[in-house]
Amino acid sequence: MTDSKYFTTTKKGEIFELKAELNSDKKEKKKEAVKKVIASMTVGKDVSALFPDVVNCMQTDNLELKKLVYLYLMNYAKSQPDMAIMAVNTFVKDCEDPNPLIRALAVRTMGCIRVDKITEYLCEPLRKCLKDEDPYVRKTAAVCVAKLHDINAQLVEDQGFLDTLKDLISDSNPMVVANAVAALSEIAESHPNSNLLDLNPQTINKLLTALNECTEWGQIFILDCLANYMPRDDRESQSICERVTPRLSHANSAVVLSAVKVLMKFMEMLPKDLDYYGTLLKKLAPPLVTLLSAEPELQYVALRNINLIVQKRPEILKHEMKVFFVKYNDPIYVKLEKLDIMIRLASQANIAQVLAELKEYATEVDVDFVRKAVRAIGRCAIKVEQSAERCVSTLLDLIQTKVNYVVQEAIVVIKDIFRKYPNKYESVIATLCENLDSLDEPEARAAMIWIVGEYAERIDNADELLESFLEGFHDESTQVQLQLLTAIVKLFLKKPTETQELVQQVLSLATQDSDNPDLRDRGYIYWRLLSTDPVAAKEVVLAEKPLISEETDLIEPTLLEELICHIGTLASVYHKPPSAFVEGSRGVQHKKLTARAGSGESAESPDVGLSGPSEAPPAVIPSQGDLLGDLLNLDLAPPTATVPSVQPSMQMGAMDLLGGGLDSLMGDESDTLGGDIGGSPSMGGGLGVAPAAMPAALGGAPAVGGGLGDLFDLSGGVGMPTGSYVAPKTVWLPAMKAKGLEISGTFARRGGIIQMDLSLTNKAMSVMTDFAIQFNRNSFGLAPAGPLQVLTPLSPNQTIDVSLPLSTSGPVMKMEPLNNLQVAVKNNIDVFYFSCQYPISMIFVEDGKMERQVFLATWKDIPNDNEALFQIKDIHLNSDAASNKLQGSNIFTIAKRTVEGQDMLYLSVKLTNGIWVLAEMRIQTGNPNYTEMELSIKCRAPEVSPFVFQCYELVLKN
Amino acid sequence: MIGGLFIYNHKGEVLISRVYRDDIGRNAVDAFRVNVIHARQQVRSPVTNIARTSFFHIKRSNIWLAAVTKQNVNAAMVFEFLYKMCDVMTAYFGKISEENIKNNFVLIYELLDEILDFGYPQNSETGALKTFITQQGIKGQHQTKEEQSQITSQVTGQIGWRREGIKYRRNELFLDVLESVNLLMSPQGQVLSAHVSGRVVMKSYLSGMPECKFGMNDKIVIDKQGKGGTTDDPGKSELGGSGKQSIAIDDCTFHQCVRLSKFDSERSISFIPPDGEYELMRYRTTKDIILPFRVIPLVREVGRTKLEVKVVIKSNFKPSLLAQKIEVRIPTPLNTSGVQVICMKGKAKYKASENAIVWKIKRMAGMKESQISAEIELLPTNDKKKWARPPISMNFEVPFAPSGLKVRYLKVFESKLNYSDHDVIKWVRYIGRSGIYETRC
Repeated sequence: MTDSKYFTTTKKGEIFELKAELNSDKKEKKKEAVKKVIASMTVGKDVSALFPDVVNCMQTDNLELKKLVYLYLMNYAKSQPDMAIMAVNTFVKDCEDPNPLIRALAVRTMGCIRVDKITEYLCEPLRKCLKDEDPYVRKTAAVCVAKLHDINAQLVEDQGFLDTLKDLISDSNPMVVANAVAALSEIAESHPNSNLLDLNPQTINKLLTALNECTEWGQIFILDCLANYMPRDDRESQSICERVTPRLSHANSAVVLSAVKVLMKFMEMLPKDLDYYGTLLKKLAPPLVTLLSAEPELQYVALRNINLIVQKRPEILKHEMKVFFVKYNDPIYVKLEKLDIMIRLASQANIAQVLAELKEYATEVDVDFVRKAVRAIGRCAIKVEQSAERCVSTLLDLIQTKVNYVVQEAIVVIKDIFRKYPNKYESVIATLCENLDSLDEPEARAAMIWIVGEYAERIDNADELLESFLEGFHDESTQVQLQLLTAIVKLFLKKPTETQELVQQVLSLATQDSDNPDLRDRGYIYWRLLSTDPVAAKEVVLAEKPLISEETDLIEPTLLEELICHIGTLASVYHKPPSAFVEGSRGVQHKKLTARAGSGESAESPDVGLSGPSEAPPAVIPSQGDLLGDLLNLDLAPPTATVPSVQPSMQMGAMDLLGGGLDSLMGDESDTLGGDIGGSPSMGGGLGVAPAAMPAALGGAPAVGGGLGDLFDLSGGVGMPTGSYVAPKTVWLPAMKAKGLEISGTFARRGGIIQMDLSLTNKAMSVMTDFAIQFNRNSFGLAPAGPLQVLTPLSPNQTIDVSLPLSTSGPVMKMEPLNNLQVAVKNNIDVFYFSCQYPISMIFVEDGKMERQVFLATWKDIPNDNEALFQIKDIHLNSDAASNKLQGSNIFTIAKRTVEGQDMLYLSVKLTNGIWVLAEMRIQTGNPNYTEMELSIKCRAPEVSPFVFQCYELVLKN
Repeated sequence: MIGGLFIYNHKGEVLISRVYRDDIGRNAVDAFRVNVIHARQQVRSPVTNIARTSFFHIKRSNIWLAAVTKQNVNAAMVFEFLYKMCDVMTAYFGKISEENIKNNFVLIYELLDEILDFGYPQNSETGALKTFITQQGIKGQHQTKEEQSQITSQVTGQIGWRREGIKYRRNELFLDVLESVNLLMSPQGQVLSAHVSGRVVMKSYLSGMPECKFGMNDKIVIDKQGKGGTTDDPGKSELGGSGKQSIAIDDCTFHQCVRLSKFDSERSISFIPPDGEYELMRYRTTKDIILPFRVIPLVREVGRTKLEVKVVIKSNFKPSLLAQKIEVRIPTPLNTSGVQVICMKGKAKYKASENAIVWKIKRMAGMKESQISAEIELLPTNDKKKWARPPISMNFEVPFAPSGLKVRYLKVFESKLNYSDHDVIKWVRYIGRSGIYETRC
């Protein structure tokens, strides 16, 4: 039997001929004709004109012919709705056929015909088929409900099909269960609040039983559905995990990945000290590795997912580095993904092996792959400090190959290595400069220019080098132009005498001849800086750069959590949330991992739960009432799988808003203006986008206001009186330890400026002079904003009080404890070191009052395990007084409400580095002897919470 | 879920197009052709997003199979389904080629209607499908009611991969342990990575619904039994459970007929097998692998226009065994102008089109050694880029399992029919092949 001949009928008058054949009396001829029609349909010809003739062939007892006609109907019914009605009778009749295969065929096809009039007729047969005695018909009918729902959701609800579908979850046949689950999951997705998939321990148990018995595809449907369930406690999650783990040995990779998804999600709820937790972690590695022996396309999906898993739980695969080594014959997409994972797994233990591999890869053929390999070497250097030297020498070897794109890529990464390890590898600059001419890519050119500018004082002919770039200034890309501008200004500040002409040239090129606003803006700023205050210019342009982070390419944690919930799906392949590529409402719900509820708070949660959302009294802030209720709901009700999206559109908006805001905040946290301009070329646009953030970053005086004039008005601001609490001075450096110099001090925040109030006492016999002060790197970048002003010599037994203004633009390094500050004080006798701790309220900024909307969205957005609970006892304040008091220390009340005799305050604080700390405070009113307040603090950087709490306590008690 | 499924020939002409979801329009067919099949660049990913529509594709010889969706589908499932579809088609009409697809397009549409419903994969076991979809048109007209319900219960049932009422005069089964041993070795002879990926393929010709139990020298099982034995007979357990006798399996996956929960709890492999040939399990081992061959390369650059290559291969298994189909592939630079080869055994040829010297040896016994040396003349070039020196790869076949896996038993129980385990004729065969077996030079 050869059917290929049907593909070759391309004569004129074909339709007419077909028409005749379709109406032929001979069965065989009819069948042939229908086949020809289907073949034409496949290759895209319009054969809709034959509709009535084809439909006429429908009434046949030849099943093959019938199926072909059905296929035709599914394709063309929509364009010929009136004609399609002709088919209804046959469908309805077939639904009663004694043969279950025909009953199923009829109901399956009918669901695919998207014509309103037909769907009406579909309801009765569908209802019967859902209760058919034959499981084959039931499983087909279950899917048909989803089809019908897609055409007319209201009809499905009105006809009560959803309830019937739910009943099918208890069906005796596993395939019926699986299809019902698939259909319900799909319908539930478009009704986020319907609670359609009412998963409870009983249904879960049924699903888990069906899981063992149904087809591989059914197992996937069930596992994907299970992943949406939220177990009540860790015992339930453990028991589900135990029943899901056997699936890890399934031959079907999709079953394995879906099982991994369920386990990754439920593991989150298990206590980490549990033995089972460790066992589970160990069980996850082998199946993930096995996925890499599947076909390349599946390997690709697996690798994209492993990339996520490794970021979430690096411990799972930390010993499996070797399996990610690239094979010569791997398809390029597998190679690139493996490379990514290798870098993520690189550690001190395996770095030698990894580097040897990477060097091997850098000599391969595929340009993208080679580039990525070179870049990977750089990332290893930044990630594993011990390997930096070896990486640099490997990169130099590669530069010697003179392969153009290898050299360019190497230079880009070396720039990052310079930034990460300043003053270590600059000896290689000469080698780099040799390759100047071969650079033709903007990124490499910009990197090289940055290097020349940054190390201008060590490169003899820096001015010549930069000048050579300047010739074709207007032909360069923006990235290079910006970098060149900054580099020449740097050069000028370092070697002002010889380069005046050059700097004038570049400034005029940038400001007068360019139509790029970013470039012009940056040019003007430099120009003004240089002409008004060269010292300030130096401070800005040559400021110490913040360290570049080890893992700049990590996926943002909230997105990562969401993607973990989508393991195995397209979202995990794209590394994007479904909302980014799915149209309409489907799949837009944000999924979240829910961590195990903290054991400490469990005692008080039940009664709070009762007084929670169910009987929320009229809110204090009417317009926000419902949202606030929502917030409470989220906070206190037992954890739910998805964010209850009461007002999805609005919520989305708020989140986006927040996202953007946070990004820019993060921006000024990690990069001061100087760093930004002088920093990596990839941030070239920084100046253009961050005018609002500039003042804050520049002088360490956050929120002083816009205007360039204010920029340098650092110490000028006389502290406006605020109610901020200032602790009494304590002795930081006893005289015993400092050859007679005693230092006591405290911190205060006046008018937005942090001040260190010091008392220097000379308990020695001789006069002390030449005081100077310096800070070590610290968590929030505190640094003296000016010199220590001790103008007169300090005679024996004399005490001088000085106030030292501090900025927050210094180098950042996390300290332990977080608010620790190491100080060095020098005088004519010696250098002394001491450390002190500043109350974290010093770095609460004045504009820390969050918008209500933003507050709500942010509160939801911060994962629950970042929440910390505290109690403050023996406070004699009512909520208003507390609120006033807190405000004095830049802790702002966003909203207040009263629930069952308790006042709730919602508070926000913003740190100088842009981190927001949100809090909810519960105060019992009516009782004159308030004994306690409860404070729950949420922050993206949870390590800050205890210190913020200390401040609350300190402020409230004083 | 899957919104549509297209099959194209190498030119990008549509051979099969089946749309399951309303959100997929006819233009999707063209979008894939224009953006992927006719793309100028080589395809960089098996998943392509074109205008918010995602395309998953695989290729079989020069045929493109593409699944398309607009939703956040389970990507792993889509690919598994595409492979499965190829398996099903192959089981029906053999090789997937343009001609075969055109010849069977009605059958393919029928299958697609059955195994994918509204984009949800349904039972796709050929064993079950063949009971009601055949190339000779559809059965069903003349079936009795019992036959019909038997079909549907099989298609939807717990044991969807086997039909009832199978009878053989001679009950027989064949077990093939097929291993591919993979190696990446440094020029200095250091093993960079080595693993065996193995498959146990079973051909069963058994009557009724036989319950089978498969046992191998899995370290975990042997150790467990060994422990049981220590109390009564310490001497025996030493023999049974010693290192060489058992192997550590890193991971294994099973055909869907195997009861996974039983494997998870007792590590026993029990199942009712499909009829005919299927893959019972796959496994992976990395410890104590017998590397059948060792390749020792020596490459010397003599000036800019000459390379001297010497490669020694050593066989490393029992002298009584014979390796077959040995092939060593030594890559040569792109600017090679001439090659002179001398080898002690077999035949060696320089293949300019493949940029390699291919050295073939028909047979080689264990514990032997052989050598090839070649002089490669190079054309002078001004290409600055150094030659990448791809690794030397090897192919071979050996009559043992490099992982050390041994089949201990395969027991068959069929309580309803009157044949016992002893009546079944069983055959076991071990074949070790080279996977990616490379030595860098």
